[in-house]
Amino acid sequence: MTPAEIALLAAWCAALSLFALAGGLLLSGIDRKLAAHMQARIGPPIRQPFIDTVKLLQKENVVPANAIPWLFSAAPVVALVSSVLVLFYIPVASTMPVLGAYGDLVLVMYLLTVPALALVAGGFASGSPYATIGAQREMVTMIAYEFPLAIVVIGVAWRLGAAGISHPFALQSIAANPVWSVTGPLGLAGVFILLVVLAAITPAELSRIPFDTQEAETELAGGLLVEYSGRNLAMFTLAQAAKTLVLAAVIVAVFFPWNLSSFLAMPGLLAQAADLLFFLLKAVLVLFFAVTLVRVAMARFRINELVSFYWVYLSVIGLAGIVLLMADVVAGPLAGVGV
Amino acid sequence: MSGESKKAPYRVPIGPNHPALKEPVMFTFEMEGEVVRDVDFAPGQAHRGIEWMGMRRNPVQIVHLTDRICGICGVVHSLSFSLAVEQIAGIEVPERADYIRTIVHEFERIQSHLLWAGVAAHELGFDSLLYLTWRVREEAMDVIENLTGNRVNYGIVQVGGVRRDIVPEQHAIIEKCLATYEGLLDTLLSFFLDDRTIRMRCRDVGVLSRKDAVELCTVGPTARASGVNVDLRQDYPYAAYGDLDVKAVLPDRYLGETHGDVYDRIVVRLLEVGQSCQIIRQCLSEMPAGPITAEEKLVKLLATCKKATGEGIGRVEAPRGECLHYVRMEGKDSPASWKVKASSYSNLMSWIPMLRGSQIADIPIIVASIDPCLSCTDRVAIVQDNRRSILTKDDLHRLSAEKTRRLQG
Repeated sequence: MTPAEIALLAAWCAALSLFALAGGLLLSGIDRKLAAHMQARIGPPIRQPFIDTVKLLQKENVVPANAIPWLFSAAPVVALVSSVLVLFYIPVASTMPVLGAYGDLVLVMYLLTVPALALVAGGFASGSPYATIGAQREMVTMIAYEFPLAIVVIGVAWRLGAAGISHPFALQSIAANPVWSVTGPLGLAGVFILLVVLAAITPAELSRIPFDTQEAETELAGGLLVEYSGRNLAMFTLAQAAKTLVLAAVIVAVFFPWNLSSFLAMPGLLAQAADLLFFLLKAVLVLFFAVTLVRVAMARFRINELVSFYWVYLSVIGLAGIVLLMADVVAGPLAGVGV
Repeated sequence: MSGESKKAPYRVPIGPNHPALKEPVMFTFEMEGEVVRDVDFAPGQAHRGIEWMGMRRNPVQIVHLTDRICGICGVVHSLSFSLAVEQIAGIEVPERADYIRTIVHEFERIQSHLLWAGVAAHELGFDSLLYLTWRVREEAMDVIENLTGNRVNYGIVQVGGVRRDIVPEQHAIIEKCLATYEGLLDTLLSFFLDDRTIRMRCRDVGVLSRKDAVELCTVGPTARASGVNVDLRQDYPYAAYGDLDVKAVLPDRYLGETHGDVYDRIVVRLLEVGQSCQIIRQCLSEMPAGPITAEEKLVKLLATCKKATGEGIGRVEAPRGECLHYVRMEGKDSPASWKVKASSYSNLMSWIPMLRGSQIADIPIIVASIDPCLSCTDRVAIVQDNRRSILTKDDLHRLSAEKTRRLQG
C-alpha cells in the first residue's frame, strides 16, 4: 500500500469509529424512547445517551481499593476498541467493509466476544462480590450463545457456498448475494429460522432483558459494572453503544443487505446519504424487534434457564434451520427452483 | 468456577441499601456458586422511636402519629390504635363510622396489593408490568384522596369514629373505581399468572410449607399462600366485618392446589383486590345513616381518654397481615405503655426457609414476596458507644420478664 492509501484507510477508520459511537448512542436513545412509549411513559429525549456520556466523562473515576488497578482500567479500553473495531469488517450501507480484505464473518464472530471478555476481566478485577457473580454469569452466557451463533454463521455461509458463491464467509459476498435470493421455498424457511435465532442472541450479546443476568439491576445492582464510574463507565457505555450498532449491522448485512441505490437511480453523494439513512432505518427496525420489543414484554431469566434456552431450544431450532437449508439444496434441483 | 471454589462458600452482602430492597435491611448470604446455602438478616436499620414519641403525647395526637408509622398503611395503624383506646375508654363507635373505616381500609388494601404487584414485576425485571400496575393503582389513590383528603397518611380515623363522612355524591366515584378494577382483574390475573416468564420465575420458588408457616407464626397473604386459613376479618371481625361475609382467600380455591410459593402469593394478593371490591360494594349498600363519631368535641374526647385506665389490644388485618397495637392507660394524658407489632414483624422469619437453597436470581422476588415493611417493623436498635450489639434469646427473655414485672407494678 502506498502512504496515500494508508492515509485514506486511516481516515475511513476514524470516520467509521465516530459513526459507530454516534450511531450506537442514537440507536440506544431510540430504543429507550420506544420502550418508554410501549410502557406508557414519555421517556427521555433521544439525545439522552449523548448527554449521559458527556456527563460521565466529566465525573470522577473511582478505582476500588481491592481492585486490580491495571486490569480494572484496561478492561474498558479493550472493550471500547474491540467493539468499534468490528465495524471495520462489516459493510455499512453501500460502503463495503474497509478492512474486508483482512477478515470475514468468522473474525467478526470472534471479535464480538472480545468486549464480553473485557467485561469479564473488568468484573473479576473489581474485587466486588456482585461484579464477580456478574462476571461468572457473563462467561456462562457467552458460552451459551456462542453455539447457536456459530450455527447461524455456518448455516448462511454454507448455503451461499452450496449456491456456488466464492468466499461465502466474506461479508462482501454475503452482502452482495442476499441469502434469500439463492434459496428455494424450503431454504427460505430455513433462513428465516436462522434470522430468528440470530435475533434471539442479540439481547444476550447486548445484555438486555430477558438475558441481562450479568447486570441484573435488582439482583446484582449492575453486576459487572457495579464498581465502574466516571471515564471508565463512559467507555463501557460507548462500547455497549458501538456493539448495539455492530450487531444491528451484522444482522442487516447477513439478512437484509439491500440498498436503496440499487433500486433508485440517484447521483453518487445523494445515493450514499440515502443508503446510510436506509441502513439506520433497517438497524432501528432490527433492534426494535430483537431487543426493544422483547425487553418490554418479558421478565428476566435465571442463569440456568438462560443456558437451557440457548443450548437446548435455540440450538435445536438453529439445527432445524440448517436441515431445512440442506433439504433445500437437495430438493432444489429436483423441483427446478433455487440453485 | 473450579471445584475448589465451589466448595468454599463465599459471602454476598445485600443491604441495607440495595436496588432489590425497597426498605433497609441487611442480609448476609452464604453462597455456593449461584445457590444460597445459608442466610442471616439484621433488621433495625430504620428505627425511628415512634413509640417513644407516642408516650409523650395524648391519644388524639397519637392517632395522627400512627398514620406515619407506615407509608402504605395509612389506616391500619391508626385504626388498630383507636380500637385499643376505644376498648380502654369504653367508647362505642357509631355503626356508620365502622362502615367508613372498612371502606377506606379496603381501598388501602387494593392500592397496597397493586403497589406490591408492581414491585414484584420490577424485581423480576418485568418493568412494563410495573408501569401498568402502578398506573391502574392511581385510580384507588384518587378515590382515597377524594374520601380522606390525602393520598398517603390519610388522617381519616379518629378515636371514637372517623373525621369525614362519605356523602351520596361520592358513591358514584367509588362505584366507578370498583367497576374499573373488577373489569381489570381478569386482565391483571392473566398478565401475572399466564405469562410464561413469570410462571417460570415464581412457580416453586421461595416455598414456605404449611408447617413452617404455622410454626413461624406468619400472617396475612404470606400465611394464606401457604394454605393457612387465617384472616382477622373472618376470625376476629372488627369494624364492620362482623356484618359482612369475608372468607380468607386461599390459593387452592382458585388453582385447586397450594404450593406455598411466590406464585401463590401473587394469586392471593390479586384475588384479594377483587375481594376488597366486593366488600366495599357491600359496605356502600348496607351503610346505615347516623353520626360518624362518638364524640365530636375533641376536648371532651380527650377528657374521656384521660380518665380511662386499663389495657387494650387493637388487631387489624393489614394488607400484609395482622397488625397489633397494645395500649395501656393509667389515667394520665399519655399512655403508660404503647406497643406496635406490625405485620411484617411476624413474617420476616419466614425469609430463612424460603431463601435457603434458592438461587441469587430469586433473592429479590423472594424477599419482596412477603411484602416487607421494615420501617413499620423496626422497634429496636441497640447502639452503645457507636457500636451495635445483638441481643440473644436469653437477653430478650430477661428483658421481657423485667418489663412484664414493671407493668404489673
